[in-house]
Amino acid sequence: MSASLPSELDRPALARGRSAAGTDPKSVSAALRRAEFGDRLRSLALAAPLLLLLALSFGIPIVLLLSRAVYDPTIADALPRTSQALGDWNGQGLPADAAFTALAADLSENQARGSAYELAKALNARLPGARSQVLKTVRQLEGAGGKPPLEVMKSVPFWSAPGTWPAIRTGTHSLTSFYLLSALDLRWNADGGIERVPPEQAIFLQVFLRTFFVAGAVTLATLLLGFPLAYLISSVPKGLAAILIVAVLLPFWTSILVRTAAWTVLLQKFGLVNDLLLWLGIASERLDLMYSRIGLIIAMTHIQLPFTLLPIYSVMRTIAPSQMKAAYSLGAKPFTAFRRVYLPQVFPGVMAGCLLTFILCLGYYITPALIGGASDQLISNFIANYVNVELNWEMAAALSFILLVFTLALFGIFARILGLDRLKMV
Amino acid sequence: MLLSPYPTTGERIRITLLWLWCGLVILFLLVPILIPVPLSFNSGAFFIFPLEGLSTRWYEVVLGTQRWQAAIANSLIVAFGTTLIATVLGTLTAIALNDEKFPGRRIVMPLLLSPLIVPVVITAVGSYLFYARVGLASTYAGLILAHTALASPFVVVTVGASLTGFDRNLMRAAAISGARPVTSFFRVMLPLILPGVLSGAAFAFVTSFDEVVVVQFLASASQRTMPLEMFIGLREKLSPAITAAATLMMGLSIVLLVVANILARRGQGKPAKGG
Repeated sequence: MSASLPSELDRPALARGRSAAGTDPKSVSAALRRAEFGDRLRSLALAAPLLLLLALSFGIPIVLLLSRAVYDPTIADALPRTSQALGDWNGQGLPADAAFTALAADLSENQARGSAYELAKALNARLPGARSQVLKTVRQLEGAGGKPPLEVMKSVPFWSAPGTWPAIRTGTHSLTSFYLLSALDLRWNADGGIERVPPEQAIFLQVFLRTFFVAGAVTLATLLLGFPLAYLISSVPKGLAAILIVAVLLPFWTSILVRTAAWTVLLQKFGLVNDLLLWLGIASERLDLMYSRIGLIIAMTHIQLPFTLLPIYSVMRTIAPSQMKAAYSLGAKPFTAFRRVYLPQVFPGVMAGCLLTFILCLGYYITPALIGGASDQLISNFIANYVNVELNWEMAAALSFILLVFTLALFGIFARILGLDRLKMV
Repeated sequence: MLLSPYPTTGERIRITLLWLWCGLVILFLLVPILIPVPLSFNSGAFFIFPLEGLSTRWYEVVLGTQRWQAAIANSLIVAFGTTLIATVLGTLTAIALNDEKFPGRRIVMPLLLSPLIVPVVITAVGSYLFYARVGLASTYAGLILAHTALASPFVVVTVGASLTGFDRNLMRAAAISGARPVTSFFRVMLPLILPGVLSGAAFAFVTSFDEVVVVQFLASASQRTMPLEMFIGLREKLSPAITAAATLMMGLSIVLLVVANILARRGQGKPAKGG
């Protein structure tokens, strides 16, 4: 608590310094430095509890998750003999028989430990189809009778197929770029270069593009709806402006989940939006708006509109109306005055609002999960799915890694050109 | 203000179109959040207008059945825990950061705000991974810790704003008058920044009370909060009880945030930015 006090508490120390040394400037400045050092320590001590708590509850979890994207010891731990046997393999053709024997021994041991399925799953992530082959081989090794393990291994064509051993070898490296590359639909090829995965295995680029597309569409829609309203609010008298701003803040203060729930009600086949479309004659029959891309974009636009509008409004209210009048009186046409005088000044607000909405859209999870269809799921939904359904932490971590890179890069641009102060909205 | 003293026809048309467009935008903003309110008082089991009749049966479901009652209790436990920790620690941090001599202020502030920027699924998945290892998954402590990370930035920012209007000479005066630091904090500083602190507390409460993604990953089946119960309900079967729950949650967050904003403005002694 004592640290809540400013440096002036240490005046006695300064005074002591002065009385002891007369007016010696050196000892005064030394005392001052001591006092300021104490201040710094105290303010650090005040901030320390929250910083420690954040490091524990937020920092470590994020770092731990991201590390899973590049560090995966599952295969290396499960196949110690094989890793060793592959140490001197040059990567061409098939490895020596010793590697087959080592793999057989490792497989049998995993079966004995009960970890064969886990290994099969981990290998399958690297090598499609490996799951069933591992489980089959493990059973054959168990029931081999007197047959040497090497023969069993050679009798399963999978273990002599091209691509199997290179994949096992990269799998035994705990530090891996496999998942990060996979998250971008890339992989290492046999020559040590990076290539696109075959189209039938490509998943994620499409999801990232979809996420960017939805974020862009929502950003554009919020700008089209928000800019005129921000302009109107900034130019009407104060009392009316206060009423209009409440119309923006009420939805802003309602949680995303509640607003998503409201939209699931509205977008039903017999919901209000369909009623309206029929009544206006825009649609001739009831549309399936739930679980559709357009329904998702409408709901997200509603949720993000205040985020785009408020930064624009906070800039617009600082622009004096006399500037436009001056432009008119100098002979500018309304559009010219708007383009040359008004727009350049509100541009930072427009940038702030749009960037903020775009960044927030990249991380949307609740709304796509409830309103989007199977082909409208965004990158966050894939991350959640890899954790909840596939139990593939590495893939979830790799997708998180890439999403975070995009988010932080855009946020860095935001902070760099607009400053953190533009984040304050309410 | 919109019209010049001698408006031309073109100007009149533009202004009329602007008002029309903005009227539609305001309908778009307000209708969706107001729709659940009348539906929640519908006596029928469907979400279709016109309403079949007025009834409070769906509120009886939300406030009277064990499932929802447990969810409300869980939400309150987590939100109060979060508010307490985030407000105390956030206020201390804001005081420390308000001092220009604080080392590395420019680095600490973005770090403090980062829980608001990192996509919440990443936070949730990361917490799940780490908390499961240290035995915090499926505990109230774990939920409160994770929510504190999300809520404390709001406290730091609001208290920080109220501190910019605080005259540090008052603390010097208190010290000269012989007050110990703790005494002068409670008797001089806290009363003056109290609106900012309470405002931060309200923001923290709402942040935790509305949060659903972290809860979805961290909570056990018996720790489901009200938003999680709603989320599950929306996924499984749409029941009008959801509209009642939504109305209750919306009412609570709007009331708390109105109070928070009024307090924040009073604390700053000048109108807050952006409305």
